[in-house]
Amino acid sequence: MTIAADQPSEVDDVVLRVDQLVVEFVNGKKRVQAVSGVSFEVRAGETLGLVGESGCGKSTTGRALIQVQPATSGSIEYRGVALNKLSAKELRRVRTKVQMIFQDPISSLNPRRRVKDIVAEPLVIWNQGSKEEQAERVRTMMEKVGIDPDVAGDRRPREFSGGQCQRISIARALMADPELLICDEPVSALDVSVQAQILNLLADLKAQFGLTMVFIAHDLAVVKNVSDRIAVMYLGKLVEISPADDLYDYAAHPYTEALLTAIPEPDPEAGGHHVPLQGELPSPLNPPSGCRFRTRCPYAQDVCAEVEPPLQEVGPGHQVACHFPRPKASAAH
Amino acid sequence: MPNDRELDATNNTEAVLTDHYPGMAAIDETILNLETDAISPDGEVLKRPFGPLFWVAIGWVSLIILLAILANLLPLQNPNYGNYNILNAGPSLQHWLGTDDLGRDLFSRIVFGSRVSLVVGFGATFISIVAGGTLGLLSGYKGGALDSTMNAASFIILAFPAIIAVIALVAVWAPPNLWKITLILGVGTIPLMYRVIRATTLAFANRDFVVAAKTMGATTPRILFREILPNVVPIGVTFGLISVAGLIVLEGSLAFLGLSVPLPTPSWGNMIAEGSNNGLLSINPLIMMWPALSMFLLLLSINLIGDRLRQRLDVREGLL
Repeated sequence: MTIAADQPSEVDDVVLRVDQLVVEFVNGKKRVQAVSGVSFEVRAGETLGLVGESGCGKSTTGRALIQVQPATSGSIEYRGVALNKLSAKELRRVRTKVQMIFQDPISSLNPRRRVKDIVAEPLVIWNQGSKEEQAERVRTMMEKVGIDPDVAGDRRPREFSGGQCQRISIARALMADPELLICDEPVSALDVSVQAQILNLLADLKAQFGLTMVFIAHDLAVVKNVSDRIAVMYLGKLVEISPADDLYDYAAHPYTEALLTAIPEPDPEAGGHHVPLQGELPSPLNPPSGCRFRTRCPYAQDVCAEVEPPLQEVGPGHQVACHFPRPKASAAH
Repeated sequence: MPNDRELDATNNTEAVLTDHYPGMAAIDETILNLETDAISPDGEVLKRPFGPLFWVAIGWVSLIILLAILANLLPLQNPNYGNYNILNAGPSLQHWLGTDDLGRDLFSRIVFGSRVSLVVGFGATFISIVAGGTLGLLSGYKGGALDSTMNAASFIILAFPAIIAVIALVAVWAPPNLWKITLILGVGTIPLMYRVIRATTLAFANRDFVVAAKTMGATTPRILFREILPNVVPIGVTFGLISVAGLIVLEGSLAFLGLSVPLPTPSWGNMIAEGSNNGLLSINPLIMMWPALSMFLLLLSINLIGDRLRQRLDVREGLL
């Protein structure tokens, strides 16, 4: 890209650069590409929303970012350090800077350990400070996430609700002093009203700790409120990436358009058109040729089956992988 | 609007007892003022009581273990001294459980005989838990070639009929004594223990909390012992107790076949064998009955303890 050459300061700002990331699962002779060549950047202080329906590879991407899922090819650079090429020893140190919040609040906490020990874990692992200092930092952090350390500290995770468990997970992740927080559907297992609490908490903590975030979700309405930029995935590919506000004004990819019009509209008078998606997500075992979305795309033509569309610029910072991006006017509200 | 805790309450009263939290005290971030009185009175999780039967079983097992340990200090008669004046006597003040066909005190023989069962049962289980447990943890967590190799090996070993394999080993490594029997049975139980611990480890190895520990920089030993082991221990304890019971029976079978600790050293197994020989059963059924009854009650107690412990240690992971 040309941006790098023109504005070197932008490069310093890049916290995470993912380049042509491919993640394959091998099962006997079958190979499934869950992620097939995804590239994006996350700049310091921003929140990148990663959306797509179930099975599109967004969670696998998230797990590859923290090196839990090995990348088959491509690179994941954190602050210029290629994480997937580090030795286990080097990785151990570097990856504390990248922490993850998981979807299932219950599974993310060890049922046999006390909450204060869970939160203190990063400090204990890296032997930071005396026992008293550690205890004090744990107290402070628990208060910051809205859990009373006196009441909750000696309890075990099963005694908490999902929202509270998620707060504890967040406290634990922040104890590692990360720069980048990967949130893998952190609220999709929670009640809607609790979702708002956790989202607000994440936004507050992001400001307070100067965090950069990758926010993975299947719900565009949730992502809209937290993201600066949004990347839309379909069947292992990035189909559109755009500043959040732009995307909601103008979805260039037919898939994004369908996702956006599928957000329920509370006002029955509002009208508006709904583009229903036809069919099912094709099997990643045998993805369609050319554009992967063509089997469900209302605008597909012959070329879509033959040539895979590259990501191309349709506006400032707005890229789309489509041969026939939606014209701007059609999506105007 | 009812919160998720209250909805739970309709079909799970325990949820209310153990952790009734005001889950949505406010739509704001600050739930700093959790109401302490909404939590169970003593601030602990309310647990299901063990019940009197459990304590009876604990009492019985403890009694047998204590007697076995203190046998030399207690005013017991020599288990191998035969008083030929009182052969096949019934229970009396002198001989609480009577005497056998050689005039030996049955109570004393039962007490000394329990040592064999207990040493073999607990000793062999200890060997298999330490070795099989470690292998199972490693194999379940690490996966890969190590796992497939050990898994295949365990299947091959388990394919041998246990009793026949043990009989062959004991026959080759003669003469049998207590430590050989314990070692053989202990090593023989490793594959079974390995499989149980491995399966349990597999269930936890990919949980998010293990992933979280990895991203925080926890080393493999730390993950194994701090994150996974505490979750595996309950299964290990429960299965360990079942294994103690099973091994006591197996030792009994070997003794019955004359392949365990040789006479005249008493063991429950060889007492049963003696008592059922040469038509003795019809003359003095007590010789066989006492060790059989002791073994039956010990096994019953151990299994009952294991079952109750499992219920207690079974952590339900939240009530979401």
